[in-house]
Amino acid sequence: MKHYLIIGNGIAAAGCIEGIRSVDPDGAVTVASKEPHEVYCRPLISYYLEGKAKLENLPYRSADFYGSMGAALLKGKSVQAIDPAAHTAALDDGSTLSYDRACFAAGSSPFVPPIPGLDKVKQKYTFMTLDDALALEQALRPDSRVLIIGAGLIGLKCAEGIRDRVAEITVCDLADRVLPSILDQTCAKMVQDHLEAQGLRFLLGDTSAALEENRAHMRSGKTVEFDVLVLAVGVRANTSLLRDAGGEVNRGVVTDEHMRSSLPDIYAAGDCTEGMDISLGQRRVLAILPNAYMQGFTAGVNMAGGDRVFDNAIPMNAIGFFGLHALSAGTAFAPGDGGECFEQRSERGLRRLFTKDGLLTGFMLIGDTARVGIYTALIRERTPLDSINFELLRTAATTAAFPAQQRAKKFGGAV
Amino acid sequence: MKRVYVNEAWCLGCHLCEYNCAFANSGLADMALALKGKPIYPRIHIEGTEQISYAVSCRHCRDPICVKSCIAGALSRQDGVIRIDQDRCVGCLTCVLVCPYGALAPNENGVMQKCELCLQNACGTPACVAGCPNRAIVYEEREELP
Repeated sequence: MKHYLIIGNGIAAAGCIEGIRSVDPDGAVTVASKEPHEVYCRPLISYYLEGKAKLENLPYRSADFYGSMGAALLKGKSVQAIDPAAHTAALDDGSTLSYDRACFAAGSSPFVPPIPGLDKVKQKYTFMTLDDALALEQALRPDSRVLIIGAGLIGLKCAEGIRDRVAEITVCDLADRVLPSILDQTCAKMVQDHLEAQGLRFLLGDTSAALEENRAHMRSGKTVEFDVLVLAVGVRANTSLLRDAGGEVNRGVVTDEHMRSSLPDIYAAGDCTEGMDISLGQRRVLAILPNAYMQGFTAGVNMAGGDRVFDNAIPMNAIGFFGLHALSAGTAFAPGDGGECFEQRSERGLRRLFTKDGLLTGFMLIGDTARVGIYTALIRERTPLDSINFELLRTAATTAAFPAQQRAKKFGGAV
Repeated sequence: MKRVYVNEAWCLGCHLCEYNCAFANSGLADMALALKGKPIYPRIHIEGTEQISYAVSCRHCRDPICVKSCIAGALSRQDGVIRIDQDRCVGCLTCVLVCPYGALAPNENGVMQKCELCLQNACGTPACVAGCPNRAIVYEEREELP
């Protein structure tokens, strides 16, 4: 009987457990979880603060998940060191676990910038874990003034989640626009306008140069008074354990399409990894939930002796604020890099499709989101645009753009 | 497993399937009461061009990317049927972002809904199939989709 060890207990770990069990019903599975919780839906922490997700709905799987999967969960136990030659991992309680196959799914951690005076701020929070959210919740008062450093996905979802619980929210970011990692200037402007209409204040192209307990001195010379500070500058892949064990690491743990790391019998999955972004044609960290699950599942299948690859990863994000949805995927190449943009504006929203070398490489849609998965599939499957009616797709995502035969195959054949 | 399939050549694009779907999932006994004068949110929809039309609903994939992508753990595959737990759904649209068929859409409250083959409502068998005047929509067993 094989012994599987999963280091980490996020979505990648859940995928890994389910991947293992799809092949091997008998092997022993042990999960070492730094957080003292069963696997939960990390992106829901802002929805919890907003009142849109109940605390009892945060667990990702049913209450009997670990039991029904035959997996032993070690809550609040973190791995301190991995010995790949001995196939063992040392835990922080002094015990040692041995494994036949391990999956490194250690996730990522918030990056805390070294801002002078940060140590003087008493009410400061990151926004990554359930415990972060619960701690922030305790600090919020109806008259709180909140400064959020970082206008990315985490900072803005946090802002949405707490808006109705506080008096004032200011969001600053060194970038010149909101959501700089997923939206271009045009789309970001639409989202920013919407957020401002909801009462958020932005200081873009600006950041806190120095902090006092309740005051931020901005690089622009402005000052912001605050009661609560949220640090949402970005995240870093947790790679040090694997690097210390001799594994290959760039910005994330280097994996192949079977989700193997460079170390024998150690796989890796989730936000701690980097892999090929097929829309970009380069390796990068793709820290998004769907990829975490798919990487974890792939790792699990292969750990258990199956054969599965995950070879069509792309960035993709569905994000919404106060009723306005922004969906994006893939890569937007600039005209200088051979990219072309097709834009459509309507009263329902904004649609920007990006093509290069006869392929759809990315899109950004604000508002009008119907059937956008059809675009996502075109990117992931690298469908040549000359094999379909791209003209139709410029104004709406529709399977009518496929030739009848292809569509018949897609939908399971004609009657 | 039986699924809903559509013959493009026979589909008239009459949209009756959309109305039958919305009615079947309304929980009401009177169609006029359920639908008259209201915007409808069916789980099947007609797509096409001027030349061709066809109805699209969930394919109940064997390897469903919507289930794997759901940030709320609200989608699951049970006995081959892709189900949604609307109490868990937060309406983030990640499933819309990934479904290659465009088969999921929000209801009037922004909560996602999808075809569950009428197995959970009073019909017990797909209402779109039963009500298709040209028998362009069928409910039958075929080779599994990916």
